[in-house]
Amino acid sequence: MALLELSEPGQTPRPHERRVAAGIDLGTTNSLVATVRSGVAETLADTQGRHLLPSVVYYAAAAAPSVGDDAKAHAVTDPFNTIASVKRLMGRGVDDVKRLGNQLPYRFAASESAVPRIVTSAGVVSPVEVSAEILKVLKQRAQATLGADLDGVVVTVPAYFDDAQRQATKDAARLAGLNVLRLLNEPTAAAVAYGLDHQAEGVYVVYDLGGGTFDVSVLRLHRGVFEVLATGGDSALGGDDMDHAIAEWIMREANIGDHADPMLLRRLLRDACQAKERLTEAQQVALEVELAPQQVWQGTLTRSQLNALIDPLIQRSLAPCRRALRDANIKLEEVREVVMVGGSTRVPRVRERVGQFFARPPLVDIDPDKVVALGAAIQADVLAGNKPDTDMLLLDVNPLSLGIETMGGLAEKIIPRNTTLPVSRGQDFTTYKDGQTALSIHVVQGERDLVSGCRSLARFELHGIPPMAAGAARIRILFQVDADGLLSVSAKEQTTGTESSIQVKPSYGLTDNEIETMLLDSIDHATDDVAARQLREQQVDADRLLDAVGVALRADGDALLDKTERAAIDAAMQSLRSAREGQDERAIKNAIAALDTTTAEFASRRMNEGIRKALTGRRISELKDI
Amino acid sequence: MRKIPAVVVKASRSKVFSDGAVSNSARNFFEIFDLTPGFAIDLALLTGRYRELQRQVHPDKYAQGSDQERRLAVQMAANINDAFRTLKDPVERASYLLHLHEISVDDQSARRLDPEFLLEQMELREALGEVRNNRQAVHELTKIFTTIDTLEQQTLGTLAEAFARGDAASLRTANENVQKLRFINKLRAEAEEVEVQISS
Repeated sequence: MALLELSEPGQTPRPHERRVAAGIDLGTTNSLVATVRSGVAETLADTQGRHLLPSVVYYAAAAAPSVGDDAKAHAVTDPFNTIASVKRLMGRGVDDVKRLGNQLPYRFAASESAVPRIVTSAGVVSPVEVSAEILKVLKQRAQATLGADLDGVVVTVPAYFDDAQRQATKDAARLAGLNVLRLLNEPTAAAVAYGLDHQAEGVYVVYDLGGGTFDVSVLRLHRGVFEVLATGGDSALGGDDMDHAIAEWIMREANIGDHADPMLLRRLLRDACQAKERLTEAQQVALEVELAPQQVWQGTLTRSQLNALIDPLIQRSLAPCRRALRDANIKLEEVREVVMVGGSTRVPRVRERVGQFFARPPLVDIDPDKVVALGAAIQADVLAGNKPDTDMLLLDVNPLSLGIETMGGLAEKIIPRNTTLPVSRGQDFTTYKDGQTALSIHVVQGERDLVSGCRSLARFELHGIPPMAAGAARIRILFQVDADGLLSVSAKEQTTGTESSIQVKPSYGLTDNEIETMLLDSIDHATDDVAARQLREQQVDADRLLDAVGVALRADGDALLDKTERAAIDAAMQSLRSAREGQDERAIKNAIAALDTTTAEFASRRMNEGIRKALTGRRISELKDI
Repeated sequence: MRKIPAVVVKASRSKVFSDGAVSNSARNFFEIFDLTPGFAIDLALLTGRYRELQRQVHPDKYAQGSDQERRLAVQMAANINDAFRTLKDPVERASYLLHLHEISVDDQSARRLDPEFLLEQMELREALGEVRNNRQAVHELTKIFTTIDTLEQQTLGTLAEAFARGDAASLRTANENVQKLRFINKLRAEAEEVEVQISS
């Protein structure tokens, strides 16, 4: 037995309990939460055994919002107060919403803010708040099932979500009181669930058609590494559009005018969705719509009629497929399998057309509704530190090119689409007038050469440039995109070091103040107060840092630090421990900053050591291959 | 108050190569992967080492780490990504090698491409324009792609030879061929666009 207990110094298993982590698929139509238990990923059901939570929130006057099936029951009777498909509004501006127009039977509040707000009987709500309600229910479900608080979650987003949409999703999770370990792209999550299950190797395409979004990703799977080669899609294309196509067909057939009342519209959409689902098995379905009391329209929709209605939508999804393959530099023949994800891939015509396009039958053996949540759960388990020996590594890409506006309204790309994340890239720019001392930097996203064809992400200003002749200043603009796909931009005048930077808060996002207000509103003032909450947050941060430094010291402290350096770190840890015991939030914050600074050099040495070891280790395995 | 100009002007055509975001690892891209600098590299070896390095430094490995570690991980992983992206692509790799030799591929004065090459480019572009206007000419497009492929292979061959010789005159040849490859790549991208237009 003694032999089994031997362990190398520094490799002692981490003395902590298993962390509770979950994966959340926040979908347009349905949402799910999953976790890994006893090594197996599984979705969690509510008390009535239902796994799918309809992404619907019902706001009644003077009552807490209801979510899911209960809320969905109100969709037809009380459409203005029943918010469905809110994902379509995440990170969108007021103008985008106008464009979606008649597809959304809600009342929008006139507001100064760039973010659309919906008027309900319970007050005005933003899409972020509606999403937070859905997340809260999933959080409660997970905590009730697992009997513990969640330490962290992975929330999935469509790969084609832009910076604003990602930020909005993260804000919603924050509002729901969740610690987001990572935003994970849905097709990548599906590939993880599928790939680990099937020991897959080679090039895979994930075709993900959900309720409101379409994504396609081309991935190379190699010994646990999931490398996304390219991604594409349409963040406003999905099963909802099929429902609308069918509903519009019914309206034409039944001579219903364009200005039908919202309740009739909702009923039509519900009937359309049911007809679409039944046509997965049946060849034709009978339809009946009550237009007015005593006035009923009857009709039949056949599968071939349905196919004709949805063909243009499917066609729209194939162009991004073609482009993703081209961006990945992969030929059709090189694709090993096509994995179908998302409820809308149940439609036979979708399978047929996708199969034709890729010249092979697509894989449909995994539940397209659950696979994304399962993949997210696996990744959450890894990120929480429950699988220290895993080989799994996800390398994702940014879906859209990022750049800045230059003279003449041109968009200069700094990070092209499909660049592996994280990425940090700089480019030098200059002034165009003599004596110019400031400039405004306009960050844009998109593939067009003209700024007018791109989406505006943010604007910020750099001041204090010394007066020089036009073209003499050297301003380096640095873009950094983290593993979540979120962008930060900084600008620095090279000769004087004048600096300006922002975490890009999208033009269509909520401001920090707005989020703060919502957070404050959401706190139950009777049992909780802001100061206590902030103190607790600092304590959690302190514990996490102490834990991380402790692990690092046990692993590499002896090898990489001399006595003086070690003593300095020990002292900083001790200060943080004592501060953490106190009630002074500020003191904890300062002690965290101090320990962070003291360990900077150590952290950097550890990473370089890791790199060195990786290369030597690699050389040995390369020799073995010969 | 005077309104601040809403735009900036590009300083130069030259690209900013990151010089190692982390202070004590200011190594060149080849050193990062422990490879000998040169145009001829073993792509499988590069890819294998890239994956091993990312396994070590990717920010996901530090999800439970300190802020310090996570910031460092993002910087190092970004640096490794940049190095890999540059070295795996022949045109980028060649540009970077020239950069290490302190030759800027974007230097306008160095642009003296032979007229024969430019003429051929113009002809190909015209042919592409005809395909765009006349969708029946699909077989013409296949011919254009074949011509582009052949041209690319020839140019890459010349480039490899030039780097293998490595003297000052050869580096000038290399630079010229990098310019040519950029023309060729741009043309291929346009041809692919036309292909998409035709097939949709």
